[in-house]
Amino acid sequence: MTSDHDTATRFGRRNLLRAGGMLAAGACAPAWAQGGSAGIAARPEVSGNDIHLRIAHQMMTIDGHRSHAIGINGSVPAPLIRLREGQTVRLHVENALDEESSIHWHGLLVPFHMDGVPGVSFPGIAPRSTFTYEFPVRQAGTYWYHSHSGLQEQMGLYGPIVIDPAMPDPAGPAREHVILLSDHSQRHPHAIFRKLKQQGGYFNYQKQTLAGLLAGRDQRAGERIEWGKMRMDPADIADVTASTYTYLVNGHGPRDQWTGLFAPGERVRLRLINASAMTTFNVRLPGLAMTVVEADGLAVRPVTIDELQVAVAETYDVIVTPSDDRAYALVAESVDRSGMALATLAPRVGMRAAAPPLRPRPLASMKDMGMGAMGPMGDDGAMAPHDMSAHDMAGHDMAGHQMSGHDMPGNAAPGHDMAAMNDSMRNFANAPEVKRTPTVQTIAPMPVDRTGEPGQGLADVGHRVLTYRDLVAASRNPDVRAPDRALRIHLTGNMERYMWAFDGEKLNEVTAPFAFLENERVRVTLVNDTMMGHPIHLHGHYFELVTGHGDHAPRKHTVQVQPGGTVTFDLTADAVGDWAFHCHMLYHMHAGMMQVVTVRPRGEGAA
Amino acid sequence: MSVVLIIALAAAQMQGMDHAGHRPGMTMPMPMPKPAATPKPKPRTVKRPARHRAAAAMPMPEVAACSPEHAAMGHCEAPAAIPATGPSEPCPPEHAAMGHCTAAPGDAAASGTALPAGDAPAPAAPAPTYADRVWGAGAMAPARARLRHEHGGMTFTQVMLNIAELQPRAGRDGYRWDGEAWFGGDVDRLVVKSEGDGRFGARVGGEVQALYSRAIGPYFNVQGGIRQEIGVDRRYAVAGVEGLAPYWFDVEATAFLSDRGDVLARVEGTYDQRITQRLILQPRAELNLSAQDVARDRIGAGLVDAELGLRLRYELRREFAPYVGVSWERAFGATRRLRGGSGGAVVALGVRAWF
Ligand SMILES: [Cu+2]
Repeated sequence: MTSDHDTATRFGRRNLLRAGGMLAAGACAPAWAQGGSAGIAARPEVSGNDIHLRIAHQMMTIDGHRSHAIGINGSVPAPLIRLREGQTVRLHVENALDEESSIHWHGLLVPFHMDGVPGVSFPGIAPRSTFTYEFPVRQAGTYWYHSHSGLQEQMGLYGPIVIDPAMPDPAGPAREHVILLSDHSQRHPHAIFRKLKQQGGYFNYQKQTLAGLLAGRDQRAGERIEWGKMRMDPADIADVTASTYTYLVNGHGPRDQWTGLFAPGERVRLRLINASAMTTFNVRLPGLAMTVVEADGLAVRPVTIDELQVAVAETYDVIVTPSDDRAYALVAESVDRSGMALATLAPRVGMRAAAPPLRPRPLASMKDMGMGAMGPMGDDGAMAPHDMSAHDMAGHDMAGHQMSGHDMPGNAAPGHDMAAMNDSMRNFANAPEVKRTPTVQTIAPMPVDRTGEPGQGLADVGHRVLTYRDLVAASRNPDVRAPDRALRIHLTGNMERYMWAFDGEKLNEVTAPFAFLENERVRVTLVNDTMMGHPIHLHGHYFELVTGHGDHAPRKHTVQVQPGGTVTFDLTADAVGDWAFHCHMLYHMHAGMMQVVTVRPRGEGAA
Repeated sequence: MSVVLIIALAAAQMQGMDHAGHRPGMTMPMPMPKPAATPKPKPRTVKRPARHRAAAAMPMPEVAACSPEHAAMGHCEAPAAIPATGPSEPCPPEHAAMGHCTAAPGDAAASGTALPAGDAPAPAAPAPTYADRVWGAGAMAPARARLRHEHGGMTFTQVMLNIAELQPRAGRDGYRWDGEAWFGGDVDRLVVKSEGDGRFGARVGGEVQALYSRAIGPYFNVQGGIRQEIGVDRRYAVAGVEGLAPYWFDVEATAFLSDRGDVLARVEGTYDQRITQRLILQPRAELNLSAQDVARDRIGAGLVDAELGLRLRYELRREFAPYVGVSWERAFGATRRLRGGSGGAVVALGVRAWF
């Protein structure tokens, strides 16, 4: 589907890289996962028409600490699967565990019964059995694969997929590295989930404190009281943090510091994959600009930036051109800035670049509560100057900061203050689709489209940050019809009880799926009624973001809906079957933020 | 009756929380007049963007034999699904809007995501069992059940000892505990609560409650069950509410009806003031009330007794926090006369622990 793919030539390059890697590192490692420092084991790569994968328990070593994991063919992360557009691949997956397992091919357009979601598209791979996936490879680009059973993904059951285009681009970059970002904990994922259920803020050691107040940090007293009145914690940026996670690049911790090589002046493609369970990463290479050329595997018009937020399950290909004979740090800070994944790009093994310090963590703002339109700046564009984050509040006193003076677009509502906002935070009249359940802590009173803004916490970093509106498809969209209808889906949650759902209904409570007819084109608006970003993923389809680019809308399989924000996309339901539709935050999905999307041939009725 | 009043007040407050937006003077804009009578959620409501209304107001162009509605019902074949890319014949926006043709490429404003959405009806939702055709219903049914159970339907447990302390006193040292355990899902739970105090080598006073708990909103649970006294042969029926009040107060209001027909009530509140990430000051208040004199249990009508506490804990781990504190208590009114002026302040050394 992407024959006009803007990808690199790969004539002989892989072999060349392999040879270079061997010379450089003295180990027979594939380029994508080769550690620069001594002692880091090489990782395998698999390719061909028949690929054998064996899922099993094993140990992995991160920054010198050994921990239990689940891997494939003895490797965590799982091996790189390298395919070619146009081939038909058979993947024989042996499950050597004593529990059910599965593999989902994230972003690949496969027949629905090969999609790998137990209970939706197939029965799962039973313990001690083998299942063979077989499908044609219809696309090129950067993808990944992961378990869709239980919480195995958090245990290490994920790996990269690179698909070379059928028609290689001779002008592409000379070198490439897969940068697979993930999060790992010594704790068992079920223990992590239990703690979140028992105490939603369990992992957050960056809360607002009295000491912080006295030191003049974070919100001022009056503002804290107003947020407390709403039972909202502006410091609740990430559920699971560096207090238990180590953030990884290609399976290596910050101290191991995976190294990718380059020759000065060379164009290097970095295939960024966020394969983490729960971590939104902000990625940058201080001193090096990045040119984004692919999003979620598909080519976009090149756009040059200094930093981008990569939501869970998204992939981006960026080109960098390091010209100096020195090492560059590749920094992937978690969105709450409790920790970072770290790698090095260097001309030679052993060179290191100093890691920049973690930046101060952001605080949630009024916009993150879905009160975006209340600021004087109105709907979109950059963060409103009255955005009440820590950075903006200097010199303001929230207690005396009545909102009544501000205009409210489209609503004549003078004289209300934050007390009134508090009352409006669970007004179901603003969301008639949503069921009135304990899962719904808040309904965003005035959610706004935030696709033109940098991700949470990146509004004022002082350099170029990618926004969704910067993405323009390199080629014209395959379907440019107008949508037949519109559909609105609310992302709902309760931070206190750690419940997450669509439209107030957890998957275990759902009575009807989201239904589509074959080839129906539907405009879907996701409304985030919570104060957390949610990376929403639809299996088996791409959708076009409605961001003002007409028939060159960027096509994605996963989209981050910023806190209190909305995202609208047009979807052509062209793949008959049942498809998983869920938040890719693993514990949000596990808590119930998942649904089934059905696509039925016209005339088949509701059978 | 004060007990009834308290419960009613608590209920009213919760009502206010759940039905936010009814307070007089509240002027949040809302498109619909009243959210009061729970708006019956319509299945997958179709949103009609304002832009489309303008389009709909235009004269309808001549359409193909198969309208989208008919196609949706399976009565006919909809027009060619995916138009070919590349240049096409002139295409008026209205036609493009209905998907009958494709606006000229290059004019991004007039095709693709720039077009307004129509208002075709949503199809009826089928059962998501398409995989049965490939793998068989027998193979899919257990996997489907597991899928639903794992995504939102699981049960959990927590045991929390909020107070477990020694109270050094002149004469005999005292001790005190207050904790609860729950088991269940997000909405329905079994809760066991216990609290009490005593002095080493002397009397023990306390109680155990077994309650059914149900979430009635994002922050509050209603609870009902029985309470058994420790050291006294007395049982009560229990009804109460507990939850998280605005400003992060943990609150609890409970009414008790004894097996002899006496009515009592208790109101409790705590607050966690975070001084640093691990150092936390917890003020605590508990009031007991009675609707009548119960001389045998040394309880007088009205405000029976009150306890105010202040405990400073350090979270070595979230689950394990030693603390020091002071606790002040006294009896009031008739109870004070019945008990002979008991009360005063004590120092407390303890630990807050949970798993
Ligand atoms: Cu997925």
